Amino acid sequence: MALEVQGLTAGYGPVTVLRGVDFRAEPGQITCLMGRNGVGKSTFLMALMGLLPGASGTVSLDGTPLHGLPAHEVPKRGLAYVPQGRRLFGPLTVAENLAVGGLVRGNDSATQDHVLTLFPRLRERLTQISGTLSGGEQQMLAIARALCLRPRVLLLDEPTEGLQPSMIALIQDAIRSLKAEGVAVVLVEQRVDAVLKLADRVAFMVAGRIEDAMPVKGLAPDADVFRTYVGV
Amino acid sequence: MKVWTLHLALLAVLFTAQFWLSPYHATNLARIMVLAVFAMGYNLAFGYTGLLSLGHALLLAAGMYAAGLPAQLCGWSAGPAFIAGIAGGGLAAAALGLLALRTAGVSFMIVTLMFAQAGFLTLLYFAPITGGDDGFAVAAASRTLFGFDLSTDSPRFLAALAIFATGLLASLALVRSPFGRTMVAMRENEERSRMLGYNTFTVKLAALTISGLYAGAAGAAYAILFGYVGASFATIQYSILPMLYVLMGGAGTTLGPFLGALLMFVLIEAATGVTTAHQFIVGAALVALILFAPKGLLGTVRDRWVRWLP
Repeated sequence: MALEVQGLTAGYGPVTVLRGVDFRAEPGQITCLMGRNGVGKSTFLMALMGLLPGASGTVSLDGTPLHGLPAHEVPKRGLAYVPQGRRLFGPLTVAENLAVGGLVRGNDSATQDHVLTLFPRLRERLTQISGTLSGGEQQMLAIARALCLRPRVLLLDEPTEGLQPSMIALIQDAIRSLKAEGVAVVLVEQRVDAVLKLADRVAFMVAGRIEDAMPVKGLAPDADVFRTYVGV
Repeated sequence: MKVWTLHLALLAVLFTAQFWLSPYHATNLARIMVLAVFAMGYNLAFGYTGLLSLGHALLLAAGMYAAGLPAQLCGWSAGPAFIAGIAGGGLAAAALGLLALRTAGVSFMIVTLMFAQAGFLTLLYFAPITGGDDGFAVAAASRTLFGFDLSTDSPRFLAALAIFATGLLASLALVRSPFGRTMVAMRENEERSRMLGYNTFTVKLAALTISGLYAGAAGAAYAILFGYVGASFATIQYSILPMLYVLMGGAGTTLGPFLGALLMFVLIEAATGVTTAHQFIVGAALVALILFAPKGLLGTVRDRWVRWLP
């Protein structure tokens, strides 16, 4: 088992958002997290990364506890997070962004080369200032930078939001490649078609809890669960 | 390669300046180079790491007194006094950082300002030792290095140039190193940096300490080369000045602090010759700069024309 979460409760100051989340993500699987706006999907990913002080519950990766660690220690243990909105280091070049991404794990050329194989478009733009990339390229770079940490679990928060279809396809291909390499991918996604195309399992969040989880195989786009938990 | 060539070319031009400038202007240029070292340090903290400090006068004064007091009280020569000054600035910055970096943004500005004011008042309180407002002159015997009298024009100019060159090239090497990129990452998005595994407190503390080493070097150089140590260097004016130099020259550019210090010095000199209200002219120039080149002169040049400018 890669990632196991039990009873995770967290929020922002006095506001509790997550109310005892139990969750599992397996190596070589893509687990999608769905739910209406404001149910705590992004908060859950932030809590996994140790970014929310005062969180309780347990988070472990291959049996090693991650909860209670300072936020900067979590990525070194094998978790990488690509937040919504990309958040690149705009004035740095593509190559410099990748270098910053891998520094704490000791940048090695094999990792960077592998990352650039996943996103060949970035290889053509290594010296370009990252702030001048297109939206899709920026998203690729955000994922590539996280992959420089050589994660065992990759957390992606709506990575294809607002992108054109050709870019979405490229990013989805890269996510499938990561799955094939044994990375556990946790993907927050709102679009049913993307979930059905990519995911092995889907978990539905309601009011800060995982209400239901199931294999995607056999689910139809108009299945009741999507109507119930996502409202589509 | 062209980046290093540009910086070395500037140093070469500055070296020749002693031959074609009058002694008065050469002394002023030496003073500008020392102040530019101070601004370079400020630029590493503010321009590259995003730490907007209002307490750098404390670090300048720490370097100045750490060099000046041993020279004055114990008769230290210029070399050891200068090293003590650098260490003084670095230690003061590390101590300041350990406390002030628990805050951020406006709170960080206020806390650093508060410590700088406390430092200034401490210097006044211990006036019998520090000289208080009047300060003290550094003895001529302590202003020699390898037999060269640093109170005379040519050795003083060359010493200032050597310190400036070391500071500039070290700054260039630093900002182009992995740590330099980490500093920029911190400035751009601290939380994102943390998610990539960086201990943001440690990185900021290291950047502030390096900034303090520069401020300490500038303070010590000022004491040794110009022979004066005084509490006026610990006033808020000397926390504002490096910020103005950096903003004018271009925050986050390696040559910006020197350009800013040079232009500000020249502007004040020129304005003083025209009117007693010279600060009005300086203020108007700064307003114009904010309106037309908000990223500073070299920041604007980099954005519009010379993308490779570090």
